[in-house]
Amino acid sequence: MLLQAKGVTHYFGGLCAVSDFNLDLEEGELVGVIGPNGAGKTTVFNLITGVYKATKGSILLENIELVGKRSNQITSMGIARTFQNIRLFRELSVLDNVRIAAFNQVHYNPIEALFHLGRFSKEEQRNIGSALDLLAVFKMEDYADETSKNLPYGLQRRLEIARAMATRPKVLLLDEPAAGINPNEIVKLMEFIQWIRKEFALTIILIEHQMRLVMTICERIKVLDFGATIAEGVPTEIQKNPKVLEAYLGEGGDL
Amino acid sequence: MSTQAVHPSNWRKRISEGWEAIARRRWLMPVILAIGFLLSFLIPQFNLINPYIQLIVMYIGINIILTTSLNLINGYMGEFSVGHAGFMAVGAYISALLTMNVIPTNLSVMLFPVTVILGGIGAALIGLLVAIPSFKTRGDYLAIVTLAFNMIVKSVIENIDAFGGPRGIPGIDKLTTLPWVFFWTVLAVWMIRNFVYSNYGRGVLSIREDEIASDLMSVNTRQVKMLAFMISSFFAGVAGALFAHLLQFISPRVFDILKSTDILIMVYLGGIGSIAGSVLGATIFTILLEVLRPLGYFRFVLMPLLLIFLMLYRPQGILGLREFRWFIPGYELLASKIWRQKKEAPDAPAG
Amino acid sequence: MTYFLQQSLNALQLGSIYALIALGYTMVYGILTMINFAHGDLFMVGAFFCFITASVLKLPFVPTMVISMVGVALLGVVIERVAYRPLRQAPRVSAVITALAVGILLESVMLVIFPYPQSVPILLPAISWTIGGVTVSLLQIIIILLSLGLMLLLDFIVRRTMVGMAMRAISWDKTIVPLMGVPLNLVISVTFALGTGLGAAAGVMYSQAFPVIDPYMGVLIGWKAFISAVVGGIGNIRGAMIGGFILGGVEIMVAAFLPSTYRDFVAFTLLLALLIFRPYGILGRPRPQKV
Repeated sequence: MLLQAKGVTHYFGGLCAVSDFNLDLEEGELVGVIGPNGAGKTTVFNLITGVYKATKGSILLENIELVGKRSNQITSMGIARTFQNIRLFRELSVLDNVRIAAFNQVHYNPIEALFHLGRFSKEEQRNIGSALDLLAVFKMEDYADETSKNLPYGLQRRLEIARAMATRPKVLLLDEPAAGINPNEIVKLMEFIQWIRKEFALTIILIEHQMRLVMTICERIKVLDFGATIAEGVPTEIQKNPKVLEAYLGEGGDL
Repeated sequence: MSTQAVHPSNWRKRISEGWEAIARRRWLMPVILAIGFLLSFLIPQFNLINPYIQLIVMYIGINIILTTSLNLINGYMGEFSVGHAGFMAVGAYISALLTMNVIPTNLSVMLFPVTVILGGIGAALIGLLVAIPSFKTRGDYLAIVTLAFNMIVKSVIENIDAFGGPRGIPGIDKLTTLPWVFFWTVLAVWMIRNFVYSNYGRGVLSIREDEIASDLMSVNTRQVKMLAFMISSFFAGVAGALFAHLLQFISPRVFDILKSTDILIMVYLGGIGSIAGSVLGATIFTILLEVLRPLGYFRFVLMPLLLIFLMLYRPQGILGLREFRWFIPGYELLASKIWRQKKEAPDAPAG
Repeated sequence: MTYFLQQSLNALQLGSIYALIALGYTMVYGILTMINFAHGDLFMVGAFFCFITASVLKLPFVPTMVISMVGVALLGVVIERVAYRPLRQAPRVSAVITALAVGILLESVMLVIFPYPQSVPILLPAISWTIGGVTVSLLQIIIILLSLGLMLLLDFIVRRTMVGMAMRAISWDKTIVPLMGVPLNLVISVTFALGTGLGAAAGVMYSQAFPVIDPYMGVLIGWKAFISAVVGGIGNIRGAMIGGFILGGVEIMVAAFLPSTYRDFVAFTLLLALLIFRPYGILGRPRPQKV
């Protein structure tokens, strides 16, 4: 069992955003989380990655408790994510965005940094080299010196995923990767997700509104509505589930 | 001689090419610094330059240290530290008290670097205290916290008679010399630049861009903030120590919000997130303040007007977010190139 | 006991002044989410308006008060229009630095005009009564009552008029409200006018209680008033009033039992402690950030 969530509940003041969320995630799985807007999906991601501390419940990564840990600790332990609205380091170059995500893999202390001594040179070269290698894997090495805010939308999304991969995660949380993507490019995105899953031996949790994407590539799906899990199962089951249809009330196009 | 038509765009290209050529000769900077250091000894020794101008140059140096250290927090990290004079005060008072009360007179010249360092360390410890609220608060609130610290430091000094109280400490030995100012200025600029172009420095930038995303990308934002505040206040303390032993008189009023505002002006004038900008801002401001001295109080009207004008029309400052090529470490500029060479011809030797 | 009562009276007087100034801070913060660091200096300008009106124009108390309030209110509106409005969309740093700069500008301009501290003519008869060992002066009564009156007036405006409703609406959502036909800029100008007008009133009253004024008098008092606003919960009008009286009380009590040089230290340490442990103050509400 790679990632486990047990009875995770979170309140914002008096409002219950997530109630009794449970998850058993095995290594290598690709799980989808869907639900109408405001259902609490991104909040679940925020709870897992430590942006919020869950009011109740526990989240375990390889049996180590995550609730209460800081975000950077959780990421270092192996969970990375992307964001609904892209959150790149906009004024920084593509290369720097990726280099920064490798923060924990650079091994020198502040004194060595202040004087550029000791392990500094070697570690810096290694950091630049691995960042460029990673960009090459994503076919973005030619954009290395480009300011990231100047990239076209699709490349920004790709950069965000590349940056997340620089943290060397075991689990990747993708928050609406298809947002703003042309419907005819969805197929390419699906292949891309399958490819990084294999290439980096990842376990993936995916939030999405594009049903075609979710139903095609996800092995399992959880459906949230008003913070509660209203259905769980394989895509074919979810498509027929009346509670799910009711929650969407006809939204989301064809299931 | 080439008979190419001298077109304006040709000039620009030729200048930038020439500049490139100089920048590539990375050995030039250390040579210039060595010459500068030598000059800093010779000038006061033989009075090669008017002593008044030497004094101005020393103030420029001190201001460069103050500006660069504040730029680390406000420019590179995008935070709101508006009480920098408080750290300066800590360094000034610690070093002044050491010189006046602790160190025997015959050793004061020799131990001056030690007093300066101790002043810096004291300031760094206070900087650590300020870093802690910065974990939870940002923006306006952090501005208030830093200003409150400034006021508290001033208040504490005023209340303790051993520190001279509101009257201050007069008659401090003039231990600050041109070579010392040169040394500390170069050291401060070099170390801060090193820090910025390091893993921690990139962490600082990521905090400015998006702190939450930074945390989520494994950056230990707490550690980075603590380091940044400590380094920034250390050098503010150093500047304070140098200042105390140059002006030969310090009092709490010298380190109040007006002083902090002066430093802010220098940062935003020269350019945020730029070492060259800090040097430029400090130089322009110090010289301007001297040049405008005949205007009396009126220059204190022009200064904030200048700042407002900057905020309205060029908030990033003159050299904001841009850097002088010489200040950027060589490998940063060449790294991409070397990597590409290695990929294209894996057996060829790297640049 | 009489000592305590006497000090309580002093605390009420001081607290009234802090509260009036604090209201200015809190109103501007509530509507623009911006701390007008120049506000303390507008208080100072109010005191100087009083000086000019009283000594040059030789007007009595009421016209002096009115002229000062209106004059500073206009100045506040102009400052908002020229320096703050263009920066509404800009990053917060710019607005903060600009506000600080405006404050310093006001101080420097006044310093150029009045290089030396000035003595303000007393406009109120120096009558006082002694009741049971406690001395009460007419001035104190007027300060306390006038301040309370102005605060009640403001409370009424904010809660019972259209303008006030618009102000409260804008403080909740700045983008939607103009789309509903509310003249955003006008309401913001009115807010500034009210806030700075109150600050000017405080300036006039302060100059009557402490008749020697100088261009830097606004710095420390401005900060104390700001602390009051934060104590009560910045953005909250009732909070600013409560905070003012709390800070006045704390300060007087500290000065009564400790050396007076500790006043500022205690005030600022209180601020720091608050910001660390309860940044939203007594009546404020924490605002969660959306990720």
